[in-house]
Amino acid sequence: MAAAVATPLKFTFSSSHGSTRRLQWRNNQRSVKRPYRGAITAKIEHKPPPYSLEALEPHMSRETFEYHWGKHHRAYVDNLNKQIVGTELDTMPLEEIILATYNKGDLLPPFNNAAQVWNHEFFWESMKPGGGGQPSQEVLDLIKRDFGSFEAFVTEFKAAAATQFGSGWAWLVYKANKLNVGNAVNPLPSEEDKKLVVVKSPNAINPLPLLTIDVWEHAYYLDFQNRRPDYISTFMEKLVSWDAVSLRLEAAKARAAEREREEERARNEYEGDDSQTDPQPVEMYGTDSDDSEAD
Amino acid sequence: MDNKTGAMDKNWGGAIGPVRLIVDTLMVIRTLITRNPAAPLASRGLHTFSLPNLPYDYGDLEPAISAEIMQLHHQKHHQAYITNYNKALDQIQAAADAPTVVKLQSAIKFNGGGHVNHSIFWTNLAPVRAGGGEPPRGPLRWAIDNNFGSFEALIQKMSAEGAAVQGSGWVDPLVSKGASLVPLLGIDVWEHAYYLQYQNVRPDYLENIWKVVNWKYAS
Repeated sequence: MAAAVATPLKFTFSSSHGSTRRLQWRNNQRSVKRPYRGAITAKIEHKPPPYSLEALEPHMSRETFEYHWGKHHRAYVDNLNKQIVGTELDTMPLEEIILATYNKGDLLPPFNNAAQVWNHEFFWESMKPGGGGQPSQEVLDLIKRDFGSFEAFVTEFKAAAATQFGSGWAWLVYKANKLNVGNAVNPLPSEEDKKLVVVKSPNAINPLPLLTIDVWEHAYYLDFQNRRPDYISTFMEKLVSWDAVSLRLEAAKARAAEREREEERARNEYEGDDSQTDPQPVEMYGTDSDDSEAD
Repeated sequence: MDNKTGAMDKNWGGAIGPVRLIVDTLMVIRTLITRNPAAPLASRGLHTFSLPNLPYDYGDLEPAISAEIMQLHHQKHHQAYITNYNKALDQIQAAADAPTVVKLQSAIKFNGGGHVNHSIFWTNLAPVRAGGGEPPRGPLRWAIDNNFGSFEALIQKMSAEGAAVQGSGWVDPLVSKGASLVPLLGIDVWEHAYYLQYQNVRPDYLENIWKVVNWKYAS
């Protein structure tokens, strides 16, 4: 998530075990006008793509957008709003809802809808009319550094997208040192840190992405039917927005740098404390003292 | 459902809950298929699987399922599973070390499973003129009434759970008890099974497929 919140969650989220996971009703400290019963007031927005629905023709049809954005994406938004209305998650921004419902991997019901809303917004922004071509020099340099060559990256990305079994996504991510954003699982630092990595994920899960392609069948079936590889190639050659990737890379690097600074600070504080609580030992039984009765 | 099956469900595109993807069964069924005396054996004793013919024409299930979908589903999706399954079997036979074998396991599972599931699926369907949609009778009906309360209750439950599958998967509402679990009836809810006709409205697909379900096979 390019603009993810870096601060840890400020509230505890309790979920009961068992077949019904109920969201805790918050004591209303905020002043919110209660609507009449029946109105859905949760306000996650069904954002349109940054272009018109036919702008990506002939590579991705208007018809596909009418279903994919108009029905699938909209359904995720509507269902999410229904799930969170009247709960703690209501009025939270989307990223925070995702973090909360990710729940260290023990997914809560709104997670699927929330994550899919976010994924689809990200996906529309990953494409543009007249897309394709090559990335910016900076992105290209990183790609060459971490994949060997642009061609090697494309091959790996296409393979990830083609082999994602069933429904899911393929991602180009910036795997910074710490992915410890709120509830997310923190992977151990490894030599893959600060690298570009291609990742695939099932259904709604996503890592910290720069670029994505939706490989749920609904994303390509009307235009390509079973020919997923053709869809992937068309995406890479005609649709991908490298501009968006560049912007997200900047944000990802900034966030990674900030996390490092936070850690540095935390480390220094810890070491500083040690030196204060560990002073020179006081001599208790010096040779000067004349306590001894013995003589 | 035991843990192993539950875990398998998660691997299959996130389909969880009552959706059953039974790997043990796959091994049972694959053995049965391999034992077919009419099947040719490759030189290493390995059976090469091929696309089974449908017991009806592509257009015979209209209007519930379009001919276009049936043709794509059978000739492209199912065929792809079989092609990749055969390839994986060849590779696993030729594998020289254990890690390679282990890596090929998922390819075997996905493609073999897809092949088995679809083979059963075609027999779960029948044109109306051949009895498609006719409610079951006899012992199966009795078992349904006993376990689900009524035939209508089974239909409703299955449709609800099929609609609730997140991502790609199957709904197998009938499984025989005993040492090996065998899906008697499976409904494909991968998007490719309905998208060209029903698009995002999976519930409509599920409502209409009952008109061509072949209860005689399940019996």
